[in-house]
Parts: sequence; structure tokens; C-alpha cells
Amino acid sequence: MERMPKWADVVLIPLISLFLAAMISGLVILAIGEDPINALNLMVKGALGSTYGWGYTLYYATNFMFTGLAVAVAFHARLFNIGGEGQAMLGGLGVALVCLYLPWPHWSLALIASTLGAALFGAAWAFLPAVLQAKRGSHIVITTIMFNFIAAALLNWLLVGPLKPRGGMDPSTARFPEATNLPSLHDLLAPLGIGFSKAAPANISFLVGILACVLVWVLIWRTRLGYEIRAFGHSEPAARYAGISPTKITVITMLISGGLAGMMAINNVMGEAERLVLNATEGAGFIGIAVALMGRSHPFGVFLAAILFGFLYQGGAELALWTSIPRELIIVIQALVILFTGALDNMVRMPLERIFMALRRRGA
Amino acid sequence: MDLITVLQILDSTVRLATPLLLACLAGLFSERAGIFDIGLEGKMLAAAFFSAAIAAVTGSVWLGLGAGIVASLALSGLHGLASITFRGNQLISGVAINFLAAGLTVLIAQSWFQQGGRTPALLASGRFGGITLPGAEALREVPVIGPIYYELISGHSILVYMAFACVPLTWWVLYRTRFGLRLRAVGENPEAVDTAGISVVRLRYAAVLICGLLCGLAGAYLATALQAGFVQDMTAGRGYIALAALIFAKWRPWHALYATLLFGFLQAIALRYQNLDLGFVTLPVQVMDALPYILTVVILAGFIGKAVPPRAGGEPYVKER
Repeated sequence: MERMPKWADVVLIPLISLFLAAMISGLVILAIGEDPINALNLMVKGALGSTYGWGYTLYYATNFMFTGLAVAVAFHARLFNIGGEGQAMLGGLGVALVCLYLPWPHWSLALIASTLGAALFGAAWAFLPAVLQAKRGSHIVITTIMFNFIAAALLNWLLVGPLKPRGGMDPSTARFPEATNLPSLHDLLAPLGIGFSKAAPANISFLVGILACVLVWVLIWRTRLGYEIRAFGHSEPAARYAGISPTKITVITMLISGGLAGMMAINNVMGEAERLVLNATEGAGFIGIAVALMGRSHPFGVFLAAILFGFLYQGGAELALWTSIPRELIIVIQALVILFTGALDNMVRMPLERIFMALRRRGA
Repeated sequence: MDLITVLQILDSTVRLATPLLLACLAGLFSERAGIFDIGLEGKMLAAAFFSAAIAAVTGSVWLGLGAGIVASLALSGLHGLASITFRGNQLISGVAINFLAAGLTVLIAQSWFQQGGRTPALLASGRFGGITLPGAEALREVPVIGPIYYELISGHSILVYMAFACVPLTWWVLYRTRFGLRLRAVGENPEAVDTAGISVVRLRYAAVLICGLLCGLAGAYLATALQAGFVQDMTAGRGYIALAALIFAKWRPWHALYATLLFGFLQAIALRYQNLDLGFVTLPVQVMDALPYILTVVILAGFIGKAVPPRAGGEPYVKER
């Protein structure tokens, strides 16, 4: 018998966890001598009060959608891919190579090629940890952490060395050619007569992100592969008994996961910076963990959680601008969300289950 | 390369290996008891901040050390609560702790000192100074042995000597005491320990708290001995290098010493030579940065002996009913 109705598991628990995280964040803001209500107002106004604010919120949300989906897909196979950061860095490299070294007549073609390039490089970076997990039993969490650092060192070397243009001052590649620049939400909405901020970085990648959410949903719940991934995640012996190869599923799942993380680069590298800079990912790979946990590994949940974290990011930047609260507040909130929705899940779940059991007994 | 250059590099190796060694031994206690801990980084960072902050305010480095250890223990307690009491995912808990420390240290530093997320630079009384071992001055002029003793062995802070003393101590506790036997057992087969009437929960909490204590020492060393004060994200991935060293050492104390000295040596080389010219090839500094991680992946891949973690690692223990 289910201990709890499904809606409580899907909606109530994340909301309670979010509430707890928000309460503690409020206490932190109080402790450093600022007003939490005022802070929340500022965040809402700064992130959602203008199309400029929305433009940044959706831009960040796009990053988190890709990295959140990456973590979520891996979670379905009970794999913890903590290497989204490194895979997204490599995705950036893929985008940069496609945009810089191939001639593109139109952005649409460049976008398709870049998406493939980003996914390919991201997947490639997840390949070795996946094979080591499947074949040698080395723990995927540890190997993907190591690969994050190796990726950082690799990009560091490439951007101060081979990829830096002659005479370039900062560690970055040359600007991508004009033809590869993606249309922003302003460009997309203008023909429809909707005014949208020109300065905000949200771009067509947002739509690609939504498409990715839909495709991941189809993959997980409407395909044979998705079924195998979920079966493997529920019980490896059972999956093996049903003729599902653990090696195959582990590697394929991680390739999809790495590819999704890599695809984030079409947003931040191709859509926003229009060149590859050092530390382009800015920790988005790790936020994917919070997003996937909060979204209960469901693509729609990931979509909502990504928007929420986009809001927190943009709102946090506004806070840092207008108050003495540093931007690092968002990292604390992110940590609390991971803590409550991930590690302390049972702390929220156990009392709730008890309440539902008691209610049911009274009803019966 | 003359003797004095070699000695300077080795001296720097010892200094840089110390926080890695302390954190690595911290992870060793925790993981040997079956609690994975990727939150070493966060605990070190919290300890680094609080030790520097309290040392800056009170002027006493010992009070600072105490505060650092308390901060690290608090995060350990949280990890224990999540992964032992509430049987949550230990890896996710570790990730959360790392972010919590990364965010809170800057937030509190900004609120207390308004110096852009750092503490004021520590004066001499707020730092652990070098200790000149007896006879170092007298022996200094003796060829070969003199410089080795004076440059390499003498002149470190008390925490360095403590860290090195922790290696045999850890070995003794793990392999020669009843507590150590039970601790290793609880990481391999908690059911057996439980059947013998020993509390799995209590043992695991003890291991996690020892881990917190050692991470506290590591963090305090960073902020009050290696450097003079706290700066944002000053651990700079050392917690993860320690984790790598732990795997490299295959969860054994003496090997942890060798692994952290090796990784410390790589850091010392990277610090001294931006690009290392080996004659036939020039290694960029990034190779040195990435080498600990690459070596760990190679070890994990099992090409140079297989690294087998404690069997019950990462699994919350559920008592049979």
C-alpha cells in the first residue's frame, strides 16, 4: 500500500522543502542585519518586474534546464552525475570549434551544428566515467568529480594557449562570426508585436531547452530505452534478469546525460558570450543537481525548478546590487534546497507519512 | 639543480601536503566506517574562515583553532544527521555541505568585516608560527645534514608536526584498538557489528566527528599557518584532492601519507615552475594541476592495482525489524 498519495510526494514534499530552505535563508538575511521581506520584494521586482529581469531569469533558467535534465536522466538509472560542470565546459569547447572553424551561412544551421557539437563533446566527457563505472566498478561520483577538474585544467590551457587569438588580452577564444549569433527573445518577439528587453541575454536556446524537456519526457516514459533506464534504476538484478545489459544502460544513460549538460553551451557560449571564456559555466553544472532534486527528476519539474533557480540567480544579482547582501546568498539557498530535497528528504517525508497514515486510519 | 633548490621544493611540498594529509585522514575515518564524505572541502573551508575570523577578533590563534574545529564539527554533525539518522544520500549531503560552506563563509565574512568576503590579515599572534627544532641553528653549518634538518625538518608550524603524528596514530587506532576494529567492521559489514550488540549509529557518528575534527585542523592550518587570513574559496579544491589521495592510498593511513606527499609535491612544482621544461617536452602548469585527478582516475580504472572501497560505504544502515 502506498503510504502517501502521489500528489503529496510530487508536490507537497518539494514545497515543504522549499519553504524550509526559504525560512532558513530568511534567518540568514536577518542575521546579517537586512530585512528578508524587503529582500524578497527586491528579488521579485528585479527578476520578474521587467522584461529585462525576465530576460535574465529565463537566460539562467535555460542553463539550469539543460544541466537539471542531465542530472535527472542519470538519476533515473540511479547514477549520480556530478560532472555536469565539466561536461558543460567541454560542450562550450564543442560550440566554439563549430562556430570558429566552420563557415556558416545562417544562424539556424549553426545552431543545429553547435547543438550537436556541444552534445557530442559533453557526452564524450561523460563516456570514460561511464565505462569505468560499468566495466571496472569505479564510483561514478568520484570519477565525474575528477573529470570536472581535468576539464577545468584543459580549458584553462586551451584558452591561454592554442585557442587564444593572436594579440588577445584575456583568456578566451576569438569572437564568433556574426552569422552564428543567435536571435535573442527580443528579436523573436518583435515580429509578434511584443516588446522585450534588447539588453537581456535570453535567446532562442530557451526554446531548445523546452524542446529538450519534452524530448527527455518522451525518452523516459514513452520509449523502450527509457523503460530500460528506469528498470535498471529500480533494481539492477531485476533489470539484468529481464535481459537488460547493465553496461549498455550505464554507458548510454551517461552519454545522454553528458550530452544534455554539454548542450547548455548553446545558451551561455553561443547565445550570450558569443565566444568561449574562462569559467563560462559559472557553476551551472552543480545547480543542475539542485534543480533535478527539486524537480523530482521529472522534465516538467525540472522546467519549473530551473525557472525558480533562474529567478533566484537574477534576484540574487539584484540584491547584491541594491543591498549589502552578497551574491553568495544564492549559493546558500542552493545548498539548503539540495540539503532538504536531497539529503534530508526523510526528515520531511517521515512525519508527513505518519500524518497521512493517521488520516487514512481515521477515514477507514 | 642544487641542494638548496631541492630542499626548498621539498619544504614547500611538506607545507602544501599538510592540509591534504589532515583532510585525507579525516576522510579515511569517515569512509572506513561506511560514510562517504565528499564534504571535506566544505568542512575545511568553514574551519578556515572561523579560525581566521576568531583569531583576527581575539588575537589568539588557539581560540581561532578551537572555533575552526567547532565549525567543522557542526557541519560533520549535519552530515551525520542526514546520512546516519535520516538515512539520506551521503553524496548529496556532501554536495550540500560544500555549497553551504562556500556561501555562508563569504556571507558572514562580508557581514562581519566588510572586506569583500575576506578576514583582516592576521598578525603574528593570530598565526601559527614556525617552530625551530632544538639544535637546528647549531647544525645549520654541517654539510648536507645541516641544511636538510634546518630547511626541511625544522621550522614548520605545530600543525604540520601534528598532521604527521596523526599518521601513526591513525594506524594505531584503526589496527590496534578495539574501537578501530569495530570502526572498520562497521564499514564492511554493519549487520555483523549490530548482531554483536554494538551500536552502528554510535560508531558511525564517532567516525564522522573524528572526520570533522581533522578537517577543522586542516582548515585552520590553511588560514592561520599556510596563509595569514581567510579569502573566498581558499580551499581551492583541496578537499577533492584529499579525496583523490584517499582513493590513491586505497583507504590506508601510511599510504595516505605517501599519496598526499606526492600530490603536495605536484602542487609545489606547479607553484615554482609555471612551465616545467623536462628537456624533451615542456609541461604547462595545467598538467601539474590536473595530474592528481588523472592519476586517481587511472587508479580507479584499476590499471595499477584495484582500489576497492569499504564494502558498506555509501549505504545507510537499516536495522532489521
